[in-house]
Amino acid sequence: MAAGALPCTHCGAPSPTSDAPGDRAFCCGGCEVAHAALSQLTCPVPAPVHVADDRPPPAEPSPLDDPTFLEEHASTDDAGITRIELAIRGMHCASCVWRVEALPERLGGVYEARVNFRRGRLQLAFDRGRVSLGEVARHLSRMGYDIGPVSASAAAARVAEDHAAMIRMAVAGACAGNAMLLAFALYAGLFDGMQPIYREAFRWGSLAVTGVALLWPGMVFFRGAWAGLRSGSVNLDGPIALALLAGGAWSAASTITGRGEVYFDSVSVLIFALLVGRFIQQRQQRWAADSVELLFSLTPRTARRVVGSAGDERVERVSVAAIETGDIVEVAPGESFPIDGEIVSGRTAVDASLLTGESLPRTCGVGDEVFAGAVNVSATVRCRVTASGADTRVARLMALVEDASGRKAPIVRFADRVGGCFLLAMIVLAAATFLLWLGHGVHVALERAVSLLVVTCPCALGLATPLAFTLAIGRAAGRGILIKGGDAVQHLAAGGTLFLDKTGTLTNGRMELVHWSGPVPLLALVAAAERESSHPVGLALAAAADKLPAAPTPEGVTHLPGEGVIAQTGSSRLAVGSERLARRLAHVMDPGLSAAAHAWAGEGLTPVYVVVDGDLRAVAGVGDQVREEAPSVIRSLERRGWACRILSGDDERAVAHVARACGVGEWRGGASPETKMAIIKEAAAKGNTVMVGDGVNDAGALAASHVGVSVHGGAEASLAAADVYLAKPGLHPLFTLVDGCERTLRMIRWTLAASSVYNVAAAAVAMSGHMHPIVAALVMPLSSLTAVSICVSSRFFRSEP
Amino acid sequence: MSVLAIVLPLALVLAAIAVRGCIWAIRSGQYDDTDTPPLRMLKDD
Repeated sequence: MAAGALPCTHCGAPSPTSDAPGDRAFCCGGCEVAHAALSQLTCPVPAPVHVADDRPPPAEPSPLDDPTFLEEHASTDDAGITRIELAIRGMHCASCVWRVEALPERLGGVYEARVNFRRGRLQLAFDRGRVSLGEVARHLSRMGYDIGPVSASAAAARVAEDHAAMIRMAVAGACAGNAMLLAFALYAGLFDGMQPIYREAFRWGSLAVTGVALLWPGMVFFRGAWAGLRSGSVNLDGPIALALLAGGAWSAASTITGRGEVYFDSVSVLIFALLVGRFIQQRQQRWAADSVELLFSLTPRTARRVVGSAGDERVERVSVAAIETGDIVEVAPGESFPIDGEIVSGRTAVDASLLTGESLPRTCGVGDEVFAGAVNVSATVRCRVTASGADTRVARLMALVEDASGRKAPIVRFADRVGGCFLLAMIVLAAATFLLWLGHGVHVALERAVSLLVVTCPCALGLATPLAFTLAIGRAAGRGILIKGGDAVQHLAAGGTLFLDKTGTLTNGRMELVHWSGPVPLLALVAAAERESSHPVGLALAAAADKLPAAPTPEGVTHLPGEGVIAQTGSSRLAVGSERLARRLAHVMDPGLSAAAHAWAGEGLTPVYVVVDGDLRAVAGVGDQVREEAPSVIRSLERRGWACRILSGDDERAVAHVARACGVGEWRGGASPETKMAIIKEAAAKGNTVMVGDGVNDAGALAASHVGVSVHGGAEASLAAADVYLAKPGLHPLFTLVDGCERTLRMIRWTLAASSVYNVAAAAVAMSGHMHPIVAALVMPLSSLTAVSICVSSRFFRSEP
Repeated sequence: MSVLAIVLPLALVLAAIAVRGCIWAIRSGQYDDTDTPPLRMLKDD
């Protein structure tokens, strides 16, 4: 074995061996482990792009090439380096970061590429004279990453806001730390005695530190409380500001006059703890918004429109703004759909994972809906535009998320309402304490009142309640449940009346062959005859034979609208259709088959008769089947105090059948959208009402109920009207939602109870005049810590019931 | 007391310098992305 050492498969360094089993050699154990781990990753690692690949890619106009785009979004410095921030999609793991950041080595003219992995952002520095942004985009797209524009001003505003919050936190943290250090010295002095001059020095030091904390980071609370007061509503900032003000002012006065207790450490720790809580909460909210924004920014800004008449078709590239409803748009594989539409030709796999949370691409054919932002995976298709621009589902979703983050009110309102009561209770208790101790002199009375105000500050409440809601909503989003606000969580935890729509909610929402009575080979023949059908019943029959051997396509298929299909197969004549058609064509109706068909009709199914050469040979029952999990989910919901009812626009008989199958006692069929809304309004006046539905005609009902839940696949109108959107199909998410909301509320009650115990105990001690500053310093962080740790450690949403 | 007169202001000045440094770090974007740099470090170039 005199041959030279083999290079390490993982890192390329020379390996000690020259004989490698399976062509793999490693220089060290570390490389071997790393290689094994990397090769097991599910992350797709396309063939590496070598420098040799860098011939100019085919020039295809890209919106990123537009000079006005660069003017708007990029900045160029004196050295001629253009910097821009872009959204990037397709990042899976660390190696994706490396590959994208290696861009300067592969593409001349690019100086720097920096990726923010979590937010899906790419910061690019390049020479616009040497390379265009379009070339960068094409290069990255060959590597499997898409880039798109982001709003520069919004990004800058966000960064500035983040920086301000972090600086506030840093200052408050430093002040709290130093105030506590000084407080330790003071407490030690309390037990062991200390010269007044040292005491004074420490007190003045604490005053300086706490003054900074109050006047800089603490200002947020004063401003918030002031804004609340001016608008006539007390928010949670109110009691917090009162506690800070009382504690700060009293301690300052004590320091200056040299008598009385100081609470500098409690005040500065309070500011720090609250700011940290708010920061976590804000991050969570941003995260949900980020993912939708990423999707939105990557939705193409141009589309290829098909123009001209059949035979003389041309494809032109136009801006999405110029696309109108009804236009035909062509989408190549690998591209994202620029619009919402319906496929008119072609068949492809569509990856809508960012939009719906479904991980696998879905196969879509003619007539299927596709949504802007979804990726066309396998083949070129043409679609008829149903919505573009701001009307697309992704744009609406984006608006919805923006609306929800602007509408923090429900979460805050809940805490604020409690906060208002709290403020009142604090003032009453403080006044009572003051009066109680007035006999001992004004100074003593004032001191007791201030100590009460400081220890009863609703730190746990202000921190834990919004944090719990935010965490719950964030975790629900991770399970494909989008909740618009905290009030929905509250209502869903309370129990009450739950109205369910039938079609698409309790049922699968599409026609399927449920029963077949007759020879199986005939079914294949029927399916072949219905292959070209566009009627839902025909489609169901055509789909039913998917697993059967294909039958020869019949000749001379005639569609009789409203009746069925007549076809010629070989020597015999096949008719598939309604009872009317069968009675006209059949000499004799087989009583057994007729009876079966009538029985199925009674179950709410559509009976289909198959007549061959004048003989009734088979019958089929076609219908929209009840979801498998519906009965069990409804049972579990009822166990949790929900009265389930079915409210549907469908025919009464079909609704009755579904109600029986699901075990629902009360139902209402044949309800028009107006009736639905009236019923919901009436129920909502009596108690907590939840409506679960999907259709356009549910929008009114969804809005009228306390909580409207829009199920997977729902129409845009229902998406906007609903408070909760379930991105995963089936009824299980509904149970997960209710269960998770109950847990959240239970947990919030726990934290409230825990912090009340602290507060009541602290108030009692303070009123009795035994509130030592040490006790105050201990109780305050303990109560917040308990609340926050209960909050963070609980599991709000479980995936399965 | 003489010790305290030096040490106490000194401690506060040190704290102020630390805060100043932290603010500089925040403003220069050191905390903007806490997820990607740990991955970048692993890159072998």
